[in-house]
Amino acid sequence: MAKNRGEIVVDTERCKGCEVCIPACPEDVIAMAKQVNRKGYHYAMPTNDLCTGCTNCAVVCPDGAITVYRKKFND
Amino acid sequence: MKELRLMKGNEAFAEACIRAGADGYFGYPITPQSEVMEYLMAQKTQERTGMVTLQAESEIAAINMVYGGAGCGKRVLTSSSSPGMSLKQEGISYIAGSELPCLLLNVVRGGPGLGTIQPSQSDYFQSTKGGGHGDYRLIVLAPSSVQEMADFAGLGFELAFKYRNPVLVLSDGAIGQMMEKVELDIQKPRFTDEDIRKNTPWATIGKTPDRDHNVITSLDLESIKMEQHNHKLQEKYRLIEENEVRYEKIACEDAEYAFVAYGTSARICQKAIELARAEGIKVGLMRPITLFPFPKKVVKEMTDRVKGILCVEMSAGQMIEDVQLAVEGRVKVEHFGRYGGIVHSPSEIVEALKKQIIGG
Amino acid sequence: MAEFKTNPEILQPENVVYKRTELLTDKALSYCPGCGHGTAHRIIMEVIEEMGIQAETIGVAPVGCSVLAYEFMDIDIQQAAHGRAPAVATAIKRLFPDKFVFTYQGDGDLAAIGTAETIHACNRGENMTIFFINNGIYGMTGGQMAPTTLPGMKSSTSPYGRDVKTMGNPLKMTELVATLPGTLYVTRQAVHTASAVRKAKRAVRKAFENQKLNKGLSFVEIVSNCNSGWKMNPLQSNEWMVENMFPFYPIGDIKVNDDK
Repeated sequence: MAKNRGEIVVDTERCKGCEVCIPACPEDVIAMAKQVNRKGYHYAMPTNDLCTGCTNCAVVCPDGAITVYRKKFND
Repeated sequence: MKELRLMKGNEAFAEACIRAGADGYFGYPITPQSEVMEYLMAQKTQERTGMVTLQAESEIAAINMVYGGAGCGKRVLTSSSSPGMSLKQEGISYIAGSELPCLLLNVVRGGPGLGTIQPSQSDYFQSTKGGGHGDYRLIVLAPSSVQEMADFAGLGFELAFKYRNPVLVLSDGAIGQMMEKVELDIQKPRFTDEDIRKNTPWATIGKTPDRDHNVITSLDLESIKMEQHNHKLQEKYRLIEENEVRYEKIACEDAEYAFVAYGTSARICQKAIELARAEGIKVGLMRPITLFPFPKKVVKEMTDRVKGILCVEMSAGQMIEDVQLAVEGRVKVEHFGRYGGIVHSPSEIVEALKKQIIGG
Repeated sequence: MAEFKTNPEILQPENVVYKRTELLTDKALSYCPGCGHGTAHRIIMEVIEEMGIQAETIGVAPVGCSVLAYEFMDIDIQQAAHGRAPAVATAIKRLFPDKFVFTYQGDGDLAAIGTAETIHACNRGENMTIFFINNGIYGMTGGQMAPTTLPGMKSSTSPYGRDVKTMGNPLKMTELVATLPGTLYVTRQAVHTASAVRKAKRAVRKAFENQKLNKGLSFVEIVSNCNSGWKMNPLQSNEWMVENMFPFYPIGDIKVNDDK
């Protein structure tokens, strides 16, 4: 059965740590990093590999900081 | 071949704008200049040359439409009268601050406040000292005939694009409403998109891949840059003062006294000269055509020969301050003028010359 | 929290399904973290990119938080005096009828000082688009009451809450312009969740496509949050918006391609 698996890449300097992407993710992939970027914002980062590449997080990000990848795997 | 017509000042201005290749007129009714928009509407300018003529919901909306059109590199204009011009001052400051070309007409009426609909010249300060906020100037042309109302449309657009600055034609209710013979230029083509790309590459007509996007704004929150921008504007006004002074001198060769007057007052002074010379008083007239840049040098040179200057303005005396600045106290300078909508007569002017300058 | 390892097999350029539109400049957005302005900018630029009309589009920015929109939107754009964007855009559209022209305005700009310009551009049925970001407050100047501020809602100029008796009721500009035959498409959207953003983006697309029909003005309101003005964090402000703003400003189409 083919299964989509995805991944997100956060532009950590552009992210302002607003956390709006966190509830948008159906798989609870995202959390705020402990580190901060140059402006002192804790930035978003993926915390597990359950991402399906649904793009919700990127679609809701006010700063357009998230790039989403998706690939079909035939497990 | 130029065309000869008998026209009202307001209508001659409107017709001349069409022929100067205007792309857009945005106006609002106000006496004594509503004929400008009425004429343009009657001419169906869209069909005649493709020129847009639009009545806005207020003078404020109209001047901001001019801002939009000017930002696209088009020849755009608006016309109004004193109270309406007051409403437009913020928009004009934006246009000057963004360095956009446009043409403005003020057919001045008596003020302040709602004032009167009769002619006046009491908007001189507002017109020449920057009526809105910030350090900026308008090039100000003062017509004193229906012919000049027509001529200053084409000249106005030319200067506006040459300096990327608003040009104001400062007329008054008399010149706007009177009918005179006028020679009209042949039709000039409107700008094509290609003209705009070539002549005004800063215009916002759609970002093509070959260039960065164009932005029209007068905002800069970085003070260093804002100061530099203001220096650039001041340099422009210095250039305008150096190159664009226009005036006319009448009967000044042997003059012992002089009138300084523009627009309607200048016309009346010519009759006053006749009356005075009939009484053996040698008086001449210096008529500024550009109120900014004001003909300072010409006024200063006159003080080598004349013993006194009477500034004749249909106002409480505004241009007189520029005359006094130029004269630097060398000779007596006095103001005479009926205002509130009253137009002084030639004989009143001669009496004032005798009483305030010669008798004094 | 387990250290997450990226999977190079997925992270291949051909697998990109979403990335930042090129029509947003590189400049960092000046908006507060989580503010809907950024999202609204993004979907508008995405639509312009997808329609391939960057060279045909001219924008008009307001005075307000989005006064600097011209630094973020990589299109030809003019910054208008406070409230006057609809007039500026009217002239541009009349002079360039084939171009796509839009204004982008906040609630103070559109529903207070610019009320006349808004109503008359709509009443003339200008073939352009107005984007109206409604966050019920003046953000840029520090959180003052706007015509759209809700009854009882606090702001720096209604510190005890908006008192309807002395400060009037919130102004529903969108319903008001929908009554004008000059408006072809009038809708109210939001950008606080992924599904809301997708719907809003479809509305943005429709509003631009409508300009080809030459049948009137498209008016797209986006109800948005204002974290610093409302004194909440982004997630709280989105929740507060849903509970308080949506009842008064219901999301959805009000008039769809109907110029009556």
